[in-house]
Amino acid sequence: MTNASTTAKSMTIGEATLFPLFAALAFLCLAGAGLAHDAPFAFHASLGCVASILATFAILNRYYDRPAELPPQEIGGRPNYNFGPIKFASIAAMFWGIAGFTVGLIIACQLAWPALNLDLPWTTFGRLRPLHTSAVIFAFGGNVLIATSFYVVQKTCRARLAGDLAPWFVVLGYNFFILIAGTGYLLGVTQSKEYAEPEWYADLWLTIVWVTYLLVFLMTLVKRKEPHIFVANWFYLAFIVTIAVLHLGNNPALPVSLLGSKSYIVWSGVQDAMFQWWYGHNAVGFFLTAGFLAIMYYFIPKRAERPIYSYRLSIIHFWALIFLYIWAGPHHLHYTALPDWAQTLGMTFSIMLWMPSWGGMINGLLTLSGAWDKLRTDPVLRMLVVSVAFYGMSTFEGPMMSIKVVNSLSHYTDWTIGHVHSGALGWVGFFSFGALYCLVPWLWDRKGLYSLKLVNWHFWISTIGIVLYISAMWVSGILQGLMWRAYTSLGFLEYSFIESVEAMHPFYIIRAAGGGLFLIGALIMAFNLWMTVNASEAETMQDAGLLQPAE
Amino acid sequence: MSFWNRHKIFEKNSIILIAGILAVISIGGLVEITPLFYLKSTIEVVDGVRPYTPLELTGRNIYVREGCYLCHSQMIRSLRDEVERYGHYSLAAESMYDHPFQWGSKRTGPDLARVGAKYSDDWHVRHLTDPRAIVPQSVMPGYPALAQTEVTVDDMAAHLSTNRAVGVPYTDDDIANAKADLLAQADPDNAGVDAFQKRYPKAVVRNFDGKGGNPTELDALIAYLQVLGTMVDFKVYDDKANLR
Repeated sequence: MTNASTTAKSMTIGEATLFPLFAALAFLCLAGAGLAHDAPFAFHASLGCVASILATFAILNRYYDRPAELPPQEIGGRPNYNFGPIKFASIAAMFWGIAGFTVGLIIACQLAWPALNLDLPWTTFGRLRPLHTSAVIFAFGGNVLIATSFYVVQKTCRARLAGDLAPWFVVLGYNFFILIAGTGYLLGVTQSKEYAEPEWYADLWLTIVWVTYLLVFLMTLVKRKEPHIFVANWFYLAFIVTIAVLHLGNNPALPVSLLGSKSYIVWSGVQDAMFQWWYGHNAVGFFLTAGFLAIMYYFIPKRAERPIYSYRLSIIHFWALIFLYIWAGPHHLHYTALPDWAQTLGMTFSIMLWMPSWGGMINGLLTLSGAWDKLRTDPVLRMLVVSVAFYGMSTFEGPMMSIKVVNSLSHYTDWTIGHVHSGALGWVGFFSFGALYCLVPWLWDRKGLYSLKLVNWHFWISTIGIVLYISAMWVSGILQGLMWRAYTSLGFLEYSFIESVEAMHPFYIIRAAGGGLFLIGALIMAFNLWMTVNASEAETMQDAGLLQPAE
Repeated sequence: MSFWNRHKIFEKNSIILIAGILAVISIGGLVEITPLFYLKSTIEVVDGVRPYTPLELTGRNIYVREGCYLCHSQMIRSLRDEVERYGHYSLAAESMYDHPFQWGSKRTGPDLARVGAKYSDDWHVRHLTDPRAIVPQSVMPGYPALAQTEVTVDDMAAHLSTNRAVGVPYTDDDIANAKADLLAQADPDNAGVDAFQKRYPKAVVRNFDGKGGNPTELDALIAYLQVLGTMVDFKVYDDKANLR
């Protein structure tokens, strides 16, 4: 629609900066694509070029279409919340979640039936596994974190999201990073640091996006109308800041050529190992724990309509959690060439970490005091609460596995995979689902979800899937560990390695079945959310003035 | 003023909150990581450990590219069964030129830290092309494309000089001859073999994939696998040298 251009319209600072920047970036990428030393780099530069051109058009188009004045900060004394980028991130989360679960199911099946590798370069386990982990952690989890953080920070500060184009830049830029990372893995572009596989140019791009994310979040806090920063926002802030520190510490690399995808990490050997697991464990600690605890601190009280159980507990466990987590990395390196004192420190702090972890769990669960009956009637709340229970379980299992003697058995086996998935499927997955089930009706102004019955189905199918998955991995992991160290009465190793591989087969099938159920649950959810947006009754209680489009 | 009141300073000021977070998360990393750059046991130099040859480095990059580290560790822990199964426990020095490290975190397949010289080249050729032809119970993917793909040699010098920039002691001579050395290692009849072996003592020169023509990715990967864990001679290694 064209506006009455009586009031003078001028470009905002964001438009005036980003438009020429993206135009320049488009040319830079075009040159990069033309001069590239390897095909994957040319492909990624072309993607960058197309995305930059689209961005310039989008910025220009928006400028011509929008009224002279930007959306107001408040309408009728109430904050004019910016929901557009959040809606995009919510949809992206659902999309990437299903993609990530599907790839997970494929690689689980590949381990059970290796012919499924197809022996083509881009379909082997080694290339699909980073695609799975990045898709579920960074694409699914990351979009949930961005969506919920942008929602929570606005609501709890009673202020519109800072920035005009910046929130969109964060959401779209982050998803473009995912696209580059994911396609890169299939093409063999990886720096082989687990959970930090993307190559140097993707890392640089992510750095820019992440700093913008921090600024948007911080500036929204700064302009808050509430005197106190709500507890969820402490956790979000710790998550955003620490992930930036970890990303910069773990990824410094020197590219072989500025026109090629390959780089060499600055660190090497034992130092690199320590940096990697300092990063790796705290990607769990801050991305998947602190970030998701932030979600917990908003969504559980909100859904249960109860105040947070203990404010003081949240203070103690916040500082204790972020202080202790950073130390836990060396428990990934027990009995290796890492010095013994570092291993012992890692173990000690991991065990201590049990306490603040359970502090969070207790604070989440006891928030339901006086509202436990809602678990019977509200499957979304049930999902959130069971998720916290899974969090409690895996944060008990983790410290136990970090004990050196236990680790000597569990390390390198499927037990670790099982442990990760009880946290990933149970805690992160279920909490993401629960949060999205809350968020979608709120964002699209719907009275409620399309079907609570389907949520119930989702809950039970996925729970059975998780139980199958983690029990299969417990058994296979412990079996593997025991077979590797078994001796005959004559003092010889009892089993060859391949015998332990063979013994895993039935458990790999059960695990794949569990993963399949989890995926089916997510598909039911996607259908439910789709119907919620497209077929549910609109919320009528809301003041019409609040139904402002984001843009 | 009570403790809980004092905490309000963090709750009311986002910049102070960020400063507090940064201070609290810095400590653990600083304590655990910084000493690793000067402690003797983590920066020890052990006889025999040398930078990878151009062909081995190329093979290593293929190992990285294919995500081999996701199923194979390269870190033998100091546990009885591991030492008996795989060989001497891994030393920090053995991965000092690994940018990045390849210790791995999962053994869906066996540890490879000392796989070098354990199997013949021919075994590797067949196994990498079709693992189940040799080990029927294996769940490893096959990599038939490796034998069909020639390695790119033109930017080898750039790879070596990048490694030098991050701390691997390649000499000017190594870098200038990177391409020639790569070709020489995969071809025993190559005129440059003597010069190559002077630059990389004890490096193995063989036609790893058993086929003529330019080196393939299979040549490079096998050259890398065959050097793993063979650089240090444990008959003469003094494990007390780094004790205080």
